[in-house]
Formats: sequence, C-alpha cells, structure tokens
Amino acid sequence: MSVLIYIELENGSIKKTSLETIAYGAKVAEKTGGKAIVLAIGSADASELEKAGRYGAAKVLHATDQKLEHENSMAYADILVQAVQQENSKVVILAKSGLGDAMAARAAARLKAAVVSGVTQLPETDGVFTVTRSVFSGKAFAKTQIHSEIKILVVKKNVIEMDENAVATENAEIVPFSPAFREDDFKATVVQVEKANTELSLTEADIIVSGGRGMKGPENWQPLVDLARALGAATGCSKPVSDLDWRPHHEHIGQTGIKVAPNLYIACGISGAIQHLAGVNGSKCIVVINKDPEAPFFKAADYGIVGDIFEILPRLTEAAKKLK
Amino acid sequence: MLAYYLSFYVNCEDKVILRSVTIHNHMTMKILVCITNVPDTTAKIAFTDNDTKLNKNGIQYIIGPYDDYALARGVEIREQSGGTLTVLHVGGAEADPQIRKALAIGADDAIRVNAEPLDSYFTALQIAHIAKQNNYDLILMGRESIDYNSGVVHGLVGEMLGIPSYSPVMKLDLDGNNATITREIDGGNEILKVSLPLVLGCQEPIAEWKIPNMRGIMTARTKPLNVVESVGSEVLTTPEKYTLPAPKGACKMIPASEAETLIRLLQTEAKVL
Repeated sequence: MSVLIYIELENGSIKKTSLETIAYGAKVAEKTGGKAIVLAIGSADASELEKAGRYGAAKVLHATDQKLEHENSMAYADILVQAVQQENSKVVILAKSGLGDAMAARAAARLKAAVVSGVTQLPETDGVFTVTRSVFSGKAFAKTQIHSEIKILVVKKNVIEMDENAVATENAEIVPFSPAFREDDFKATVVQVEKANTELSLTEADIIVSGGRGMKGPENWQPLVDLARALGAATGCSKPVSDLDWRPHHEHIGQTGIKVAPNLYIACGISGAIQHLAGVNGSKCIVVINKDPEAPFFKAADYGIVGDIFEILPRLTEAAKKLK
Repeated sequence: MLAYYLSFYVNCEDKVILRSVTIHNHMTMKILVCITNVPDTTAKIAFTDNDTKLNKNGIQYIIGPYDDYALARGVEIREQSGGTLTVLHVGGAEADPQIRKALAIGADDAIRVNAEPLDSYFTALQIAHIAKQNNYDLILMGRESIDYNSGVVHGLVGEMLGIPSYSPVMKLDLDGNNATITREIDGGNEILKVSLPLVLGCQEPIAEWKIPNMRGIMTARTKPLNVVESVGSEVLTTPEKYTLPAPKGACKMIPASEAETLIRLLQTEAKVL
C-alpha cells in the first residue's frame, strides 16, 4: 500500500502548493506505514522532480506526452487512476485547485472512492480514517469519517508547516510513466489560453495586497502595486472593483471569486463584506487599512490602520524596501 | 449534409421536409440544472445535537449562488433554442420553495430526489442516475455548493456518465451541438471548443442572476415537481462533528502617523515577512 500524491507543474517547476502536498502526503504515508509516491504530468527536468524527495517522496512517476500539454482534468484523472492501480495506493492526495478538484472527482467516480475536498489537517489514522475539512465557506470545520477502501483528499494551502530537508531521504527516484490514453478524453480543442502577465498567481502567493472601492479608481492602483512589489506579493481586489472593470476578473477575491489563504493579506480600502471575508478567512494574518474606523473588516483583522490609503501606502512601501 | 436535404426535398412530401429542416436548425436542447439548497451567505453558522448537526433556527435558505448563475444561463439557452429545462435537487421537502423559485425563473419542470445529500459521491450518483434516464444535452450546476465548498460533483457526474466536465465556466456559447467555453484556470482563463453532451460547473459572469416575475411565480405553481426516491445505499463517508474556528483576537490598531511600525510588527511579532 502507498500514498499517491499528484503534483501540479508550472513552466517546468513544482508549484509551491504542490510541495506542501508532498510534505502532507509523506506525513500520511509515515502514519499509515506506506511509501509516498508522487505523480507528475507534463514537462519538467529530472533535477526539479528530484526535489520531491526532500519533502519526503520516495519515487516520482513522470508522465509526459505531447497530448498532455494542455491542462486536461479528464485525461489527467485517467492517468491518476492508472498510477493508483499500479502502486496499489489507498490514499490519494491533491492540492486544492480547479484542476485538483476535477481530477479528484473523476478519479473518485472510477475508483468508487470517497473524495473529501478542503482538508485542513492531517488525518486521524488510528481507528476509522477521519479528516477535518473547511465547510460553510470557512465559517466552520467538519470532521468526516471515510469508509471507502481508497480515500481521496484534496488539501488546502497552508495546512502544514513545510520544512525542506526535514526528511532525510535521498533525491526521489524518477520513473517514467507511460499510461494508456482514452480517446474520449481528448475531444475538446483548446482555442486560446490567456495567462495573467504576473509572476505570482493569487492561489500560490504567500503575501497578497488587495484593493477595494476605497482606491477610488483604476488610475490609483500604482501605490498598491508598488507595495506588492516591495513585499514580493500578488495583487488582488474586491468584487465591486472587478465588477467596475477597474481590475481584471481573475484578481477578484471572495465568495464568488478566488479563495485565498496567504500568510499575509493586506486589504486597502475594502470594507469587508461577508462575501469578501469568505474568500480570505483562510489567511494567517490580515492587515486592514481603511479611512473608515467603522469598516467591518477591522473585526476580522490582526492589524489595522485608520487613515488615508494614498498617504500610508507609499510609506509602507519605503519601510518594506528597507527590510531587504 | 446539404445534398442529403436536397435529395430529401426531391423524394419526400413537403410536410416531412419541413420537419426535418426544423430539427436540423433548432436542435431541441434538453437541459438539466442541478441546484443546492444552502444557508444564505450571511447566515450565522452554529451547531446543535452535540455539534453533529447544523442549527437551522433562524437560517434563511437560498438556491446556491453559483447554481443561480447556472440556472440563469440555462434559462437563456432554453429561451433561445427551445427545448426543455429541468431543475434537479437532491434533498428533503424543505427545499421545495427554492425549487418553485427555480420554476418561476424559467425551468419547465423539476425533479427532487427525496434523500439527504449524504456526500458528494452520493449526490453525484443521484444526478447521474436521473441523467441516464433522460439523455440531457447539457447538465449545468454551480462550481461548488456554499455549504461544503467541495466543487467535485460536476466531475463525479461527468465521469459517471462518461462525458466531459469543465469548471469553473465563465462563458458558454452554443452553436447547435458545439459548445464554446471559457473556463478559469490558475492565473488566467482558457477558451475551448467541445461538442455536447457536457457537464459544467458555472460561475459569474456566465449570466446575470434572474429574479422571478409575477407571471413566472403564478405559472410555477402548476409546473410539475416530481419526487423520486434515491438509488444506491453504500455509505462512503459519515460526518462526525462540527467545530467553529477559534475566536479571533482583537485587532491591533496602529496610528496612521506611525504606519511604518506595521512592517516591523509583521516581521518580528506576526512573523509573516
């Protein structure tokens, strides 16, 4: 028996959330007395994939094929199923993302496995296998017992402390994996892929600087972008801001946008509607800067400054630059 | 295809030709929209029965906000292409007001699978079972429910039916049997073309939410709401206990005149820089 961990690649590198997933999977393998095996789909150098060993993986199955160039959850899920069967895996771990959920779901239907998404802790493995997950948009947690033979967990970001080299393993062994393909999984034609021209995606970022209607207009975004740059942060926005087209939709954080869980979330001129909080309540530390001392967001914040954003932001940027 | 219809024209009576051409131009679409019945976004969440059940007292229930987008787009497509739109819910009779609302917004009929939606797998199994009996061209639902936030039911249903599934879908256009979809991917979006049937998890801005009008509300009362029993009894998961997050400590306020100290506190106290 083994634990199988699917990792996502971006431009040939293992995504940070996926490194966390490896560390998580390795701990589960340790608890259940099996090996942690990683599955990677797409192009990546062996030197990059070997990193998986430092987070606790014993082996990396690597599937590459021209057909797999575009993110294809159906084909990827089929490959995942083949890997699970080959390695006799009883626990399957994926990082929470659109792709992670889709692959987990399709694999679960094939394997008749329970799938639990939004997992926030290591499972309890003495007795009935029990996981804890986030429910009601972060307003509560649910403990869930899993009874199926194969268990599929989709794990949220920032769930465990990650420590590179924490595990004294050699570099992971890289094994080419050549799955069979189902023709039906390749029916779609990808017409266009638009990726935001930023180095950091919101779901991956450790720090996010986000702006709301208090920014007063798209032309005023530069001080916010400057602070983000000084902190190595990604930029986000509230729903009204994306609705007004001040910022692109993929920056919209909240209940109906992207849900984020960075270490640090800095909200500038965002009042803190409950729909926005639902998208950020996984953050470790929240800073709110708003001219209105009554803004509800202060109740959910760790640090707050009441004042003029346009006066405060440049000063924070200067202070942040001095850190480096 | 043109030659086929021309030969038809030569060989057949007018009546028959008219019918076949109509079918060719306006494919009668069969649409299924799956809705969840969930606590309103602003609901205060609390638990009862030794923290094993949601305390439903004072909670207002709504159609899931993402499902509302799916329903709105489904109604638009149904209005443009004809055909039928069925709304499906897995759950108890307490959801009937929300199902009637969906009928008032524009669904033609409704099916309620009369069973507690135990988990994603069980719910997907019910949807797939109904779908197998009715051969829908398009199965729409929200990207996730806002109670369990799993976002896996569309994928499960797709695989159970052996058809493609995509989520989150922000734009959907149809040309006969061919769909053009814009879906969100990490850090951007992707446009793809794929033929029906499909299962799609929807999110904004696929359509604007629709509010039922008086005529819709009146006609919804007499539209069929069929209650059926569930299939499959294998339990893959059981919920054990709910907990609330630890209460947040007080917010530390920093005077605007000393804004710079924030950076130092984030580094030395919060240790996030």
